[in-house]
Amino acid sequence: MKIQILGTGCPKCKQLMDNAEEAANMLGVEHELEKVTNINEIMKFGVMLTPALAVDGEVKVVGKVPTIEEVKGMLQ
Amino acid sequence: MVEWKKEWKKLAWIVGAFLACFYLPVGKVRFDTAILESLQLVKWYAQEHVLLCLIPAFFIAGAIAVFVSQASVMKYLGAKANKVLAYGVASVSGTILAVCSCTVLPLFAGIYRMGAGLGPATAFLYSGPAINVLAIALTARVLGVKLGIARAVGAIVFSVVIGLLMHFIFRKEEAEKAAAQMAMPETEVKRPLWQNAVYFLTMVGILVFANWGKPMHDTGLWHAIYASKWIVTSLFSVGLGIILVVWFEMKWWKMLLAALPAVVLALLFPQVPMIAFAAGVVGLSTITSTSKDESGEWFSSSWGFAKQILPLLFGGVIVAGLLLGSPESTDGGLIPSAWVSKLVGGNSLWANLFASVVGAFMYFATLTEVPILQGLIGNGMGQGPALALLLAGPALSLPNMLVIRSVMGTKKTVVFVSLVVVMATISGMLFGAFA
Repeated sequence: MKIQILGTGCPKCKQLMDNAEEAANMLGVEHELEKVTNINEIMKFGVMLTPALAVDGEVKVVGKVPTIEEVKGMLQ
Repeated sequence: MVEWKKEWKKLAWIVGAFLACFYLPVGKVRFDTAILESLQLVKWYAQEHVLLCLIPAFFIAGAIAVFVSQASVMKYLGAKANKVLAYGVASVSGTILAVCSCTVLPLFAGIYRMGAGLGPATAFLYSGPAINVLAIALTARVLGVKLGIARAVGAIVFSVVIGLLMHFIFRKEEAEKAAAQMAMPETEVKRPLWQNAVYFLTMVGILVFANWGKPMHDTGLWHAIYASKWIVTSLFSVGLGIILVVWFEMKWWKMLLAALPAVVLALLFPQVPMIAFAAGVVGLSTITSTSKDESGEWFSSSWGFAKQILPLLFGGVIVAGLLLGSPESTDGGLIPSAWVSKLVGGNSLWANLFASVVGAFMYFATLTEVPILQGLIGNGMGQGPALALLLAGPALSLPNMLVIRSVMGTKKTVVFVSLVVVMATISGMLFGAFA
């Protein structure tokens, strides 16, 4: 599955990236992690509060860093 | 073989550092004083501002991020929102939405693309960075209440003016834009609005009264408040404790345990209220950070702000002290104060314009505009240019101009930047004339 982290590069986005990576590895699912930093690309998702997480193109979290457990739930 | 294509940057850094060390002007009076001044300034910040001002402000910023529903604010900035209301909300919502400087640009782009359009978006972009809780608290504490209020009021009023002008100038192009759908988090309402409001007011009360400055005269209302400021602050703290137990489902025995050291220390050392205050902060942090529910989230969000902002501020204070000296000294920094007062002294049109332009292009990391400005004022910068810099500074910088350009195009960006510079100059001149 495709996991995208939307954010312009603030510390919270990095934390979300780490959490997503960790969660995906714990579940052992095959995944591709992509960082979307261009603000116009982020807008295409309809997201204006960063950081945000999209799984297979669908926005799951907006404007906060979910815990590893929460991300796991979103990946299942 | 060394791959110079990959390695040249590191080499440049090392050579640069070597040359800087080789020619380090140790022993030159101006340089040695500047180092001392810089350390003085760091010490002064640590003693005067961190505990009473920044830490409560971090807790408030963290609470805003967790407990205020950003979606409920964005409702008023959406595509179908009432246009008049949208300007009003855009100009003040920075307090709630812009707690972290990295959220300002995505929100701006969002309001522009998916929401109320160009006018409210530019209004938000102008006022947002200037009116977040941390910026106002630190500006008022370090640079004086007058400049703190002028900054907030100036940012709000002129953001509406800039938004309206932008809308008016580009009204034809704006009409053709189709709005995309916003993705907003669903938020559950856990407690009524008034309870949240009381909770915020209690924390703001702690922040304001703990920092109440000593007035000039020994009589009157201000002095009466000053004399009893620690009693008032304690009352607000007790109030906060009760709120956390009653509305936030904190266990009462935990709260008592956390408050106990603060109370005991307050009774033991009534002359040094900072000790009790610090104990209170540690107590609050302990119970919130160990809880798993929303108060735990509150702590981790406050801690996030502290982690992000404190190193930047520390660096900013060191650099400001080195370049401009501490407020007690005259001409103690590396930059001669004659230069400063020549460029931005007094309240001339030129001084205000210069301050606005420099502020617009220069990048200030979150809150570092405060120590830098403090140094400039100490070296003879006028009150007017100081406000001009405060207004143009955090709203714009060269890097974020490039992002703004990618969002709304070159023409609109140029107009926006010019408007910001002009408005900041005008506010500076007005403030300088009356201050």
